[in-house]
Amino acid sequence: MEGVEQAPVFSLRYVWEQERLLATVMIAPAVLYVVALIGFPFVLAIVYSLSDATTGDPALRLVGLRTFGLVLRDPVFLKALQNTFVFTLASQVLVLVLAKILALVLMEDFPGKRLVRFLILLPWTAPISLSAIGWLWIFDSVFSPIDWIARSLGLLGGPEALLGSEPNLYWLGRPFLAMASVILVQTWRILPLATVILLAGLTAIPRDILDAAQVDGAGFWRRLFQVIMPMLLPVMSIAFLFGFVFTFTDMTVVYVLTRGGPVNSTQVLASWAFFKGIEAGDLAQGAAVALFFFPALAGVTTLILLVARRAEVS
Amino acid sequence: MKDLRALRKKGAIYAAALFFICFGAFPFYWMLITAFKRDHDLFNPESNPFLFNEPSTLEHVRLLFGQTLFMKYVVNTFLVGGAVVLITLVIAIPAAYSLTRLAGRWGESLGVGIFLTYLVPPTLLFIPLSRVISFLKLGESLWSLILVYPTFTIPFCTWLLMGFFKSIPRDIEEQALIDGCTRIGAMVRVVLPLSTSGILTIVIFAFTLSMQEFIYALAFISVSAHKTVSIGVPTELVRGDVFRWGPLMAAALISSIPVAVVYSLFLDRFIAGFTMGATK
Amino acid sequence: MAQVQVTGITKYFGEVKVLDNVNLATRKHEFLVLLGPSGCGKTTLLRIIAGLERPTRGEVLIGGREVTGLPPRARNIAMVFQSYALYPHMTVFENISFPLRTQNMNRDAIQEKVAWAAGLFGIDRLLERKPRELSGGERQRVALARAIVRMPTVFLLDEPLSNLDAKLRASAREELQTFQKRIGITTIYVTHDQVEAMGLGNRIVVMDQGRVRQIGTPLQVYWEPADTFVATFVGSPPMNLVEQGEVLMGFRPEDFLPIEGREEEDVERFQFEVTWVENLGAERLVYGNMAFQSRNGRVVSRLAPNIRVSLEAGKTYIFAVPRLGIKLFDRNTGMLLRRVSGVGG
Repeated sequence: MEGVEQAPVFSLRYVWEQERLLATVMIAPAVLYVVALIGFPFVLAIVYSLSDATTGDPALRLVGLRTFGLVLRDPVFLKALQNTFVFTLASQVLVLVLAKILALVLMEDFPGKRLVRFLILLPWTAPISLSAIGWLWIFDSVFSPIDWIARSLGLLGGPEALLGSEPNLYWLGRPFLAMASVILVQTWRILPLATVILLAGLTAIPRDILDAAQVDGAGFWRRLFQVIMPMLLPVMSIAFLFGFVFTFTDMTVVYVLTRGGPVNSTQVLASWAFFKGIEAGDLAQGAAVALFFFPALAGVTTLILLVARRAEVS
Repeated sequence: MKDLRALRKKGAIYAAALFFICFGAFPFYWMLITAFKRDHDLFNPESNPFLFNEPSTLEHVRLLFGQTLFMKYVVNTFLVGGAVVLITLVIAIPAAYSLTRLAGRWGESLGVGIFLTYLVPPTLLFIPLSRVISFLKLGESLWSLILVYPTFTIPFCTWLLMGFFKSIPRDIEEQALIDGCTRIGAMVRVVLPLSTSGILTIVIFAFTLSMQEFIYALAFISVSAHKTVSIGVPTELVRGDVFRWGPLMAAALISSIPVAVVYSLFLDRFIAGFTMGATK
Repeated sequence: MAQVQVTGITKYFGEVKVLDNVNLATRKHEFLVLLGPSGCGKTTLLRIIAGLERPTRGEVLIGGREVTGLPPRARNIAMVFQSYALYPHMTVFENISFPLRTQNMNRDAIQEKVAWAAGLFGIDRLLERKPRELSGGERQRVALARAIVRMPTVFLLDEPLSNLDAKLRASAREELQTFQKRIGITTIYVTHDQVEAMGLGNRIVVMDQGRVRQIGTPLQVYWEPADTFVATFVGSPPMNLVEQGEVLMGFRPEDFLPIEGREEEDVERFQFEVTWVENLGAERLVYGNMAFQSRNGRVVSRLAPNIRVSLEAGKTYIFAVPRLGIKLFDRNTGMLLRRVSGVGG
């Protein structure tokens, strides 16, 4: 007996008690699903980007890096790449600042907090394609309520008015304002997510640490910057990284509000990949554009894992 | 002195809260007021747009339900959502159970791996997937969405469920094994009844996530009658330059609010999944 | 025939060997206690017997049948976990009847058996309650009733008293033993508490670092420890061990007494320098040094209150140990040298 690895007693009656077999069978469908519909398409995206396939002629002819060459020489692509970074970074910085304030507000107790919470969460909980339609109407070239307020205050529409003599600002019709609009809406959309993540972090800070800081004579700002912020750092980075991914790769707001216009001034990588690959049917170029997400995603994923691991260790 | 400071603090909090409420909820107020305004009132640049200057009307809502495919979109959305929930449950429950209880050390890493696939965005996959869909002859069909949506619901729901299963003491399950259950019996008779809130949570998420999805639906479906709410409203009710703002806002409001209400109730659990223990 | 017999059980968790060639067999109706410090492998052994863990090598026989590869449900065993592991979503009745329901027993039989088991533990009134509405003691009874309800071949208990407060523990010990005697089911009980082990067990299996160090009655384990580990693990304060040439000499603190007033003839005398006296009311513990080198630096004497000799720190006295109370151990292996015959047992 000594030294001999015991063969498990095998009986068909107890076959489902073989834990390793059972574990494999139970996990298999999920893994298969992920491999077949995420892994395989991902590989397919790489293959398409190395070909010259279109929807009209989907046969795969590998042409090496020629498609990437075409994409990189396309001024619209370069514009979209630049816009993507502006769009993402501007909105995410705004989100972090506002979320921090909002989370501190929601930490306090006041009557009607549940309703306030519901209202503040609305931008994240409502389907974005529908709420973006609401914004489209808010940014309407004639009936925009923002313009109406500006006109009422005399900032717009008069001969000497600060914002111009025309009766409207044409939010989505001017490159700078169009970009500002999509950034605003994306900020609006991601803010609740970041807020709730930060709130989870804030509530996890032990009360006694804050009390101790207060007893030690630390004022509000000192507590905020020297106690709360450092403890909140992992959670803040998680909030930022998720917001980054969801913004960097998304096109819903841009698609609904501007379709990338005017003249590609709000075109982002995601929308450009869509217009190229789906609407124009250039599978190869569409896939190549979309693959530019990959380095950003890989970087962010690594960072998320690092943050999560460090948080676990401490 | 102290009272004054407390008062000032209170004032600042209320002011901030008010600002954020206006910022967050204004588009929905805008939808509400537009949906019930008469066209004449709506399209008058002189009148105050924040108020009803003329009596309200149900005209737009009637139009939305009577003369558009809106109801059809709602039905499609529920069909897709229901099927996605079913697929998600059938696949995510065993997967999460296996990862937490059976797979040992590998379980946690594989679980994180599956969760991270949630970060792979639709915009990276929609081009190859559109070929897969047309190869499977599912183009223009709700089935294409039913097939593809679980790619984001399964990773996220598996991850959330792992958290729930982990919180059930191992002893209780082993007790069930001792008391005569098989592994699967212990899962069905003891673990699942103790995770009802977790299962409810993933039902809600699978449904709301698939209801909110826009990009795949936009890429795969262009036939009006097969659209879901999230693409049907923005694409079909806006025809070229003709915006029928009244019905459009009614549709957006009617479809957003129920989702938002349900989602809000479960949001904390959703966030717990995101923070992955970074709040500990 | 042994109800439970394990032979050559070895278990690795990865690279770590948690059980090393464990052999033991229970006798019929026996109350067997597995005693050892935490991490000694006692719980793993219990879980292997239950079928929750599979041994790397070796086999388990229950009621004479080999069950090594079989799942728990094929072994007809019952187990009570440290946490009691009551099903929180079921009432007490549903909890107790669960093992019967998994066997698809008919309703009337279930009613009858649950009533019997609940009556046995005086929890008839609680049948409609949920576990969260019960006190710690009541939970423990429910767990025991659930374990007993289908009359298992063996009864496995994993530190079932450690969640009770100290006051309840003594009465629970008594109750447990009375009940086991009445039912007569072979019981294996895991604990790290030597008081429980001494009080409950017909025999005690002392384990350390995955190995069985000794199997014996409580008296044997106390007075005839098989090695220095058992000698120092059992007893509080533990057996004194002093180095004397090639051997270690061991004696119990209560055998190590001042020479004054001793009547036995056959005693060994020692110089004992007292460094500290601790008066605990029911006993006095006297710490100090001997001429020999002691393993843990100190030697302890335990004096019953009827020994009234006055002792002061800093002074040296003559203490004596009866020859029969002296055990000699091999200095290198720590094993008992069978030269001096034992007391008791």
